[in-house]
Amino acid sequence: MITAERKPLEELIEYISPYQKILLVGCNECVTVCAAGGRKEVGLLASGLQMAMLQKGKNIEIREHTLERQCDPEYVEELITMADEADAVMSMACGCGVQTLAGRYKDKPVFPAVNTKFMGASEQQGVWAERCQGCGNCLLGETGGICPIARCAKRLMNGPCGGSTKGSCEIDPEVDCAWQLIWDRLKALGQTENFVKINPAKDWRTGYGSGPRKIIREDLAE
Amino acid sequence: MENFEPVIVAFCCHYCAYTAADMAGTQRISYPSNVKIIRVPCSCKVDALHLVKAFEKGADGVYVAGCLKGDCHFKKGNDLAANRVKYVQKYLEELGIEPERLAMYRMSAGMGYQFAETAKEMTEKIRELGPSPINVATAQLNGQAA
Repeated sequence: MITAERKPLEELIEYISPYQKILLVGCNECVTVCAAGGRKEVGLLASGLQMAMLQKGKNIEIREHTLERQCDPEYVEELITMADEADAVMSMACGCGVQTLAGRYKDKPVFPAVNTKFMGASEQQGVWAERCQGCGNCLLGETGGICPIARCAKRLMNGPCGGSTKGSCEIDPEVDCAWQLIWDRLKALGQTENFVKINPAKDWRTGYGSGPRKIIREDLAE
Repeated sequence: MENFEPVIVAFCCHYCAYTAADMAGTQRISYPSNVKIIRVPCSCKVDALHLVKAFEKGADGVYVAGCLKGDCHFKKGNDLAANRVKYVQKYLEELGIEPERLAMYRMSAGMGYQFAETAKEMTEKIRELGPSPINVATAQLNGQAA
């Protein structure tokens, strides 16, 4: 999922200070899973902001609402009346959601409440780690299911490098060496010939190498 | 503010802390009436939102009372609650509320005397700290409005 973390409170207070009626919108998908912007976090932030503004001598109105997703126009449309009645909108969704909201409600200031971090997976309850960087040409089939783009600090195509020490990356002993993991996995799968194969330099044009990307499904788009 | 009487909310788990409160009652040990008890099935039923809302609604102090370490009826609810309390204390500090206003206590069902002592200790601590900054701010706002 897309992971995110709540912005520091001072930043959020600065955003909403000029306004009286705030609409605080959460998202029921990724940010709920990583406990950053779901219904509960909306409740926590609304309560916190109310108390912080009270201490600054202002009694503001914060309306709480959580959408199923904020990255689909159909869901964002549900906010039409609430957005109309608000002076400003603050979104606890990832950057995709914030932008969809801002694009629909152009006459209201829309603020992000979280910093979107990375595409990742849960390692254990409460711990999320980066797993995918959206390179656009997935090679997980050749690396035993471990991604060298997301998990190797140097994004090596033919690792490991000389910095790999006792299974850890040289940047941090807590970070696993992706190529060590790849070797271990390929050995267990009996696919060590995949390790020896030389991978060519990555063509980044499928990734962020050529600007903002778009997918159009002709069978679905009108 | 003279004659400040703190309002304290105590979330007590049914199996230990609430029973300890009950024992204090049967032993006729008195504790300050400032402490309002809310019974929960386990201390970890108390969510971060309950704690923060308690302060928003005017509590000067809040505490969560669970079982002793290792004795939770639901395995480790008391440990999870303790972690949660620590997390909310950090949030409260960000909000300008003293983290000492929120506390985690552990006790067994037979500790009636200790329940009363905890209630007294928390009441005195909050009395010294004074009214919650939220209550002060609300009073000032209302004072201005009036």
